Amino acid sequence: MSVTGSRFMNLVRLKGLPILRQLHIEEELLRTSSVNWCIVNDGTNEPAIVMGVSGVPRELLEIGPVLRDGIHVIRRFTGGGTIVVDSGTVFVALICKKDAVAGLQPYPRPIMSWSGQGLVTSTFVKMACYLFKFEEVLACSLSLTLYVAVSMQYSVWPLSDRLHLLHYYVFGNCKFGGNAQSITKNWWIHYTSFFWDYDVRNMAYLEHPKRVPKYRLARNHLEFTCRMKDYMPREVFIDKTVEALETKFSLRTIEFEALELDAKFSPSTKLLLRHELETMAFAS
Amino acid sequence: MALRMWASSTANALKISSASRAHLSPAFSLSRCFSTVLDGLKYATSHEWVKHEGSVATIGITDHAQDHLGEVVFVELPDSGSSVSKGTSFGAVESVKATSDVNSPISGEVVEVNTNLSEKPGHINSSPYEEGWMIKVKPSNPSELESLMGPKEYTRFCEEEDAAH
Repeated sequence: MSVTGSRFMNLVRLKGLPILRQLHIEEELLRTSSVNWCIVNDGTNEPAIVMGVSGVPRELLEIGPVLRDGIHVIRRFTGGGTIVVDSGTVFVALICKKDAVAGLQPYPRPIMSWSGQGLVTSTFVKMACYLFKFEEVLACSLSLTLYVAVSMQYSVWPLSDRLHLLHYYVFGNCKFGGNAQSITKNWWIHYTSFFWDYDVRNMAYLEHPKRVPKYRLARNHLEFTCRMKDYMPREVFIDKTVEALETKFSLRTIEFEALELDAKFSPSTKLLLRHELETMAFAS
Repeated sequence: MALRMWASSTANALKISSASRAHLSPAFSLSRCFSTVLDGLKYATSHEWVKHEGSVATIGITDHAQDHLGEVVFVELPDSGSSVSKGTSFGAVESVKATSDVNSPISGEVVEVNTNLSEKPGHINSSPYEEGWMIKVKPSNPSELESLMGPKEYTRFCEEEDAAH
């Protein structure tokens, strides 16, 4: 039996679940559940390209190599950009009723700000407590805008542009995760794909997008992303993320097998078929 | 370890940020725009508007909604001929890495869809009550309009909602 109430959250910890299955489950929970959820998937079993709802493959992907290598291309139900995921990606999804977080308006920017500045910052402070001496921890915990201050220091852009960094997870000016959201009448989902590690060869599947955030400038994928494994232990990051959540919600762990899913639910997240990609390749 | 260096850098950065803290709190400050609310329309608590003219009702999202959503880059709309139900989603808009459902204030049949929004989704931001209209519906139960808010009530609703957050 799972816990209910706006301050309660069910936690499901997974490892290696295929990303398509994960997205289907999340979409179903968003649309049908009456409970808050956190889904943590430590890596996905095989590489896949995941686009946002408005993603156009011929604009975002090198379709030739994608077809040659048979990599899966998924169009998910949330907004946001395109990402290549694999066993080195750590996924954290939050599915919340709109009143689950006191004072949080159910709009994109407030949700991203709460996630970045509240949850992720809290995670990093907890990791600092685990890893470092007290004086370093004290320095880190003085400000809730911890990583924003770091970004501000290293940023070369005007202050007004640096404010956009509030919506991105960066060390300095390199991104270590991407996030996306979907907001319904009474619920929202916010999930992050953290770049624990990645295979540089997979970046060859991605085109330089037409619309890019200002912090990216003209940098290619390898120049504006970084691996979290260069900064922290993987298990510590996941454990401290859960601990940070526990400061905001009363968590109850649910086993994957205990999830009550409806086989008749029809998700909008789709795996693009090979012939669809081939049609796009010939059209371009 | 890289993280230790990063933590030390953070300490230095915090000295800077503490001195100029007043300029670094925008994430916690709320922008209170005075959104436009038009007379002659009805409004839903989920921030859609309805303009009922004869046998057709035009539906879109309000100025308050588009302001909070940010720049709209993509719009999903139903097909003409499909049915919509009061309070349920008929489509979505994408903005700032998020899709947000758009809910129908009334029930009925979709008789026209604003196809211009596929090329110009920004009309929802620049002209939410004119060029940004989304669908036209033939109401199946016109009495549903009576339960919607008028302009003054909706204005008060938005002010209370913003004040609560």
